[in-house]
Amino acid sequence: MKKITIDPITRLEGHGKIEIFLNDKGEVENSYFQVPELRGFEKFCEGRLAEDMPQITQRICGVCPEAHHTASTKALDDLFHVDPPSAAKKLRELLYSAFTVTDHVTHFYILGGPDFIMGPDAPVAERNILGVIAKVGLELGGAVIKTRKQNHHVIQMIGGRPVHPVFGQPGGVSKAISEEERKEIEQIARDSIEFAQLSLKVFDDIVLKNKEYVDMIVSDAYTHNTYYMGLVDENNKVNFYDGKVRVVDPEGKEVAKFAPREYLDYIAEHVEPWSYIKFPFLKNIGWKGFVDGKDSGVFRVAPLARLNAADGMATPLAQEAYEKLFDTLGGKPVHHTLAMHWARLVETLYSAERMLELVQDPEITSPNIRTIPTATPDEGVGIVEAPRGTLIHHYFTDERGVIKKVNLIVATLNNAAAVNMSIKKAAMALIKPGKEITEGLLNRIEMAWRPYDLCLACASHAFPGSNPLPIHIYNSKGELIKKLT
Amino acid sequence: MAKPKIALYWAASCGGCEIAQLEIGEKILKLAEAVDIVFWPVAIDVKYKDVEAMPDKSIDVCLFNGAIRNSEQEHMAKMLREKAKVMIAFGSCAYEGCIPGLGNMFNRQQIFERAYLETESTDNKEKILPQTSFQAPEGELTLPEFYDTVKTLRQTVDVEYVVPGCPPEEKTIWLALEALIENKLPPPGTVITHSIKSVCDECPRKRDVKKITKIYRTWEIMSDPEVCLLEQGLPCAGIATRGGCGALCPQANMPCTGCYGPVNGVIDQGAHFMNALASVIDSNDPEEIQKIVDDVLDPVGTFYRYSLPDSLLRRARIK
Repeated sequence: MKKITIDPITRLEGHGKIEIFLNDKGEVENSYFQVPELRGFEKFCEGRLAEDMPQITQRICGVCPEAHHTASTKALDDLFHVDPPSAAKKLRELLYSAFTVTDHVTHFYILGGPDFIMGPDAPVAERNILGVIAKVGLELGGAVIKTRKQNHHVIQMIGGRPVHPVFGQPGGVSKAISEEERKEIEQIARDSIEFAQLSLKVFDDIVLKNKEYVDMIVSDAYTHNTYYMGLVDENNKVNFYDGKVRVVDPEGKEVAKFAPREYLDYIAEHVEPWSYIKFPFLKNIGWKGFVDGKDSGVFRVAPLARLNAADGMATPLAQEAYEKLFDTLGGKPVHHTLAMHWARLVETLYSAERMLELVQDPEITSPNIRTIPTATPDEGVGIVEAPRGTLIHHYFTDERGVIKKVNLIVATLNNAAAVNMSIKKAAMALIKPGKEITEGLLNRIEMAWRPYDLCLACASHAFPGSNPLPIHIYNSKGELIKKLT
Repeated sequence: MAKPKIALYWAASCGGCEIAQLEIGEKILKLAEAVDIVFWPVAIDVKYKDVEAMPDKSIDVCLFNGAIRNSEQEHMAKMLREKAKVMIAFGSCAYEGCIPGLGNMFNRQQIFERAYLETESTDNKEKILPQTSFQAPEGELTLPEFYDTVKTLRQTVDVEYVVPGCPPEEKTIWLALEALIENKLPPPGTVITHSIKSVCDECPRKRDVKKITKIYRTWEIMSDPEVCLLEQGLPCAGIATRGGCGALCPQANMPCTGCYGPVNGVIDQGAHFMNALASVIDSNDPEEIQKIVDDVLDPVGTFYRYSLPDSLLRRARIK
C-alpha cells in the first residue's frame, strides 16, 4: 500500500493534513482528511462572562473573526432576552456585508481563482496571486488589493479594529457611525458593487468561455449529490446575518426550516478517532459514513449550498447573476463542487449591494444603538452564515451571565465530511494505475477541496507563493519515493 | 549583501496574525523585495524536511506566532530555533499564550470530554476520542499529542524579541519589519512597539475625574464617551497594558482587554491590573471593598485574558 501525504494544509483554524492510500495496483483505496489540532474553546469558555464571548470566540479564527463575533453577539441577544434597536442590527449587518465582500474576494483571487485563471496545470510558481496579476493586469490586481483594504477599513470604522472587532454587545453595538463615516462607506459600497460585477465578468471570460473548464466543472469527479443548508430571510432569499436555516434535499426540495433555537433537532456531530474535528450530519437521516445521496445525512454549506437552499437573492443584480448560474448549469440544485467559486462571486455582488442598501438607510447613523438588557440570562443560540457556511454558537449561563456550557458548530466543519468525500472522489478519478502522478494531477485533486475555502484563504495573497501543500509519496515501507512541490 | 532569510510559522493560533501581516498592504511588496522568505506554510511550500535540511542558523529571522499546545508545535518551535539566528515571538499567543492559554484552566481530559463526549450536538455512543495513532484498514494515521498545558514560545525555546498584540496592529508590525529590513534590530529582549508606556497614554479619554463604588459589566451601563472607562467602573486593562495600538478599543467605547501584554518592568500583567483596579475604588472599609470586588465574576478572564500561561500563575491546579 502506498501512501500520499499532503501535510500540512494551512488556514483551517489549525493545520490540516490529507492521506491518500493506494493499493498494490496503484488505485486509490481510500483517503482521509485529518485535522491534527484542537484548542478546546468549548471547555475553556466555561467560567467566562457571557459578554466577553464575542471577543473570546473570534480567536477561533482570525480569518473570519467577524463571523464568530456576530454569531456570538446574536447568541447574547437571545441569552439576555433583549432585542437590539434596528439601527444596531443594521450596523452589525453592514459590517458583516463588508466582511463578506473582503473574504470572498480574497478567496476568489488568491486561493481558488488562480487554479482557473492560471490553469490547473500552470507552473506552481505562477499559480498564485502574482501570476494572476501578471495575467489579468495590474489594474485588476490593484483593485483586488484596494477592495480588500477598503472593506477592512469599514470593519475598523464600525467595529473598532480591522482584525478582531470589539463592537458587539448584548442588545446592540458599542458605537454609532458619523455622517462622514457613512459617506465614506457608501462610496466603498459602490466601488465594491462595481468590483463584484467586474469579477463575474472575469469568471465569464476566463472560465465559462473555456470549454475545458466548463467540462471540468460539470464532471463527475467534482460532483456530489448531497443535502444543502443555508440561512434564508422571510422570502427564502439568501441572508448572512439573520433568518431561519433551510435544508433542501439532493433534488432541491425543502426538507427542513428551523429557527436557531431548534438546531439540535436537526444537526448532530460524528466523531472519528483519526481527526480532532467532528463531522456534522443531518440528525433525522443519520450518519451513514462518508457517502452522498438522499439516504446519507451528509450535507453541505457555504456559497453554492446557500444558493441551492434559497429561492434567490434579495438584491437585483445578484438575483440576475443567480439566475444565470442555475440556467447555465442545468437548474437547481447544482451539485458541482467547483461551481462554488461562481456562487461565491454571486454572493460577493449581493453583499456589496446589501452594503449600499444599509448604508443609505436613514437610520444607519442613529445614536440609538443599544438596549440595556434587564431579563435574567440563561441560554442563547446565535446563527449566522459565515463565508464558509452556517455557524452556530450556543451558550448556557447561570443567572449572573457566567458561562456554564458552550457548544459550537463551526462553519467549515459542516463541510468536513463532504471535503473528505470530495478528495477521495477526485483522487479516484484522477489517479490511475500506470499513470504518472504529476504535480498538476495532484493539484486537480486539491481543486476538489479548494472550493470549500477551508479557511485556507486570506493569508496567501500578495506573496510569491508556490504550492502551499508539499506532497510526499511513500512506499509501503514508509520510504519517500517521490517529492512534488 | 545577501538578502536576509526570513521564516514565518504558526502554531496554536487563529490566523489573525497572518491577516494582520497582510494589513501592511502595499508595503508587503517592499518586504518581498528586501528579504527572501524561505519558509511560510501559508504561502510557500511547507516542507518540514527541507527546513530540517537547512544548516543550523541559516535562517536570519524567524517570526513565530501561536502558542505551544501539542507535540507538533513544540517540535517545530525547537527545529526553527536551531535553524534561526533570531527568534521573534510574534503576537500574543507566542508571547503570552493568549486566548488559547485560557485552556490552562483545564486539562486534556476535561477538554476532550467536553469536545468529543458531552457537547449537546455530539453523537458518540461509542465514546470515540481522537488517537495519536490509529490503525485504519489501509494503514496508520497519526495525530500530534495534545498537551495538558499551553506553553508560550519563550517557555519552549529562547526568544530574542517580542511583537505584542492580538493581533499586532499594522504599525507595530511594520516597526518590526522595517527594523529587520534595515538591519537595525534593537537589543535582544526588546518588546517591539511604538510605546514604552501604557494604553492610557494613547487614550483620549479624561482621567482622574472620579473614583468608583461599583464595578459594572459592559452591558449594564451606557458609558460616557469622554471619561476614562476604569473610572466609570468598567474593568479597562489600559493602565496595565503596553501601548502601541493607539487605544483602539476604548475609542470604540469598549474597555481595553490587555492584548498588548504588560508594560515595561512588569512580570505579571494580571496582578498589575488588579492593583490598578483596586486603586480607583473609593472606600477604606474592607467589607465595602470586598463587596465591590465581588462583582468581578471572572478574575481569570478579566485580568489574565491573554497572559495566563506567561503569568506567575501559569495554570489552574486540577484536583
